[in-house]
Amino acid sequence: MKTFTYTIKDEVGIHARPAGLLAKKAKEFESVITIDRNGKSAAATKLMALMGLGVKCGETVTVTVEGADEDKAAAEMEKFFSENL
Amino acid sequence: MTRYVGKGVYGAVAIGRISMFRKNDAAVQRVRVEDTKEEISRFEAAKSAASQQLCEIYEKALKEVGETNAAIFEIHQMMLEDEDYNESVCNIIENQQVNAEYAVAVTADNFSEMFSAMDDAYMQARAADVRDISNRVIANLSGTGFAAQNSDDRMIICADDLAPSETVSLDKDKVLAFVTAHGSSNSHTAILARNMNIPAVIGVGDDFLSAVNEGNEAIVDGFTGEIFISPDEETRARLLKKQRDDLNKKRLLQELKGKENITLDGTRIKIYTNIGSIDNIGAVLLNDADGVGLFRSEFLYLENSDYPTEEQQFSAYKRVLESMAGKKVIIRTLDIGADKQVDYFGLKKEANPALGYRAIRICLTRPDLFTTQLRALFRASVFGNLGIMFPMITSVSEVQQALQMCEQVKNELKADSIEYSDKIEIGIMIETPAAAMISDKLAPMVDFFSVGTNDLTQYTLACDRQNPEIEQFCDAHHEAVLRFIEMSAQNAHKNGAWIGICGELAADTTLTETFLRMGIDELSVSPSFVLPLRDAVRKIDLSK
Repeated sequence: MKTFTYTIKDEVGIHARPAGLLAKKAKEFESVITIDRNGKSAAATKLMALMGLGVKCGETVTVTVEGADEDKAAAEMEKFFSENL
Repeated sequence: MTRYVGKGVYGAVAIGRISMFRKNDAAVQRVRVEDTKEEISRFEAAKSAASQQLCEIYEKALKEVGETNAAIFEIHQMMLEDEDYNESVCNIIENQQVNAEYAVAVTADNFSEMFSAMDDAYMQARAADVRDISNRVIANLSGTGFAAQNSDDRMIICADDLAPSETVSLDKDKVLAFVTAHGSSNSHTAILARNMNIPAVIGVGDDFLSAVNEGNEAIVDGFTGEIFISPDEETRARLLKKQRDDLNKKRLLQELKGKENITLDGTRIKIYTNIGSIDNIGAVLLNDADGVGLFRSEFLYLENSDYPTEEQQFSAYKRVLESMAGKKVIIRTLDIGADKQVDYFGLKKEANPALGYRAIRICLTRPDLFTTQLRALFRASVFGNLGIMFPMITSVSEVQQALQMCEQVKNELKADSIEYSDKIEIGIMIETPAAAMISDKLAPMVDFFSVGTNDLTQYTLACDRQNPEIEQFCDAHHEAVLRFIEMSAQNAHKNGAWIGICGELAADTTLTETFLRMGIDELSVSPSFVLPLRDAVRKIDLSK
């Protein structure tokens, strides 16, 4: 299992567009990817659940990656966050 | 004739006949089904048809309203593919043995309620998106499709409310205007109408819908938000003239786009814009301004419930600079106090707030606050062409202190190996008589002056501009005010600085020639005044 934390810099938080891109990206991997914000979590592949977390700018999320390709998935997810959020 | 009033979201006049846009929103019936597998495959087929339709709408929107506004339809497609959404529909069909229409409607209710309950206005608005995609799937399931326009004439489309996808789907060549009973001016529909340049009035109320009929003659005035049904001759003549004048004006302004701000004798002036939020950047570019002459950074503080962090400010400044793509952006540092109050600043009540603890006075006495803003500004400077200006300056020492703090921030950034631009221009606002009087001493310290005529008038004439009773004494054309501006212009130029005007007077075309003769280098006005001002400049001949 791999985890990392990330502080959201996008001023609207995890809004519809990046959430859509995030879900698309997460589907590329075999690993189960979970986004956690203050104890509330959502699977990264689920767009509406992600939006439902209501993550705002400046808040920190914990990303957990678990599965066969977790090293690669974690690295790429981290890159995705820093580029899009 | 009957008159209704709503909120105009795009100023233009339309005269024509009413077409009622009816949704197929006959309440979805709950029907028991035996073959749930068949029901699920009906849902799948309706969904993939919806996805295809959204793809087409996206392409259409891309052409008509641009990528930023079209993105919503891409998101709609993604929402349609959402696992939880699909799982919910299939579960309801299987477990309750019901028809797909009903399962989609229930799922739509649940998801849109989830969004409505969120504490963030952006997310709350997403409830409408869930309903929009769901209604599309239901329409496909029931085989009705979306109501087609049934006439070849151009019509005034009236509806209860229009979903974004419906707005874009309408054939633009057949739409004279939109009128909706509900909806807000921040809705996608309003934004799309503005981008499509179609007169639109929203929130007219239910009375209107029950009173009008297909084919009624009507006039829509998007400027005032008025709708006249069966207008009388007088109203018709008045609005025909208004329509003609408006079209002429818009045509004229369109012709001015891309033209220089140059007088008949060849004197040039820059026309910048005043904006208070990132959302206004679109209007700045649309009106072909040379740059942003006053970006009020207050919005970052007013919209927040606590001090905005360096990161928040940095990302906002960066976005403005990037959107302006190398054009000048002058950001005014914090101007809180007086008529702009923020609770978390904990400012005391004052007897004379306009003469009180505000703007640079707060910044210089609360250095942590000021340093945070300066760091964010300097860090953002590498993303464009930044100018920074300080408000409410009255003395040389205030400017010295502010400049010292800039140096300190630069040194800190250097120590942390964080980049900043070395081309940032630093300026001050001339909005107190004191600053104008000592402008000869202030000019050598800065790159530019920007005259804030609203405060300069208030302080010069000792006239509270919030008090309507003394409005007649608050004459911005007063010779004392104009002399202060002229004096500041001369002192700026003697010392190699440039001077602009960012107050309301900048847009006053009766003074444009006076300002040009004083040698003012830049006028900063609201986005909608840029082209009228350009028109005025191009008619002036200073050689006469």
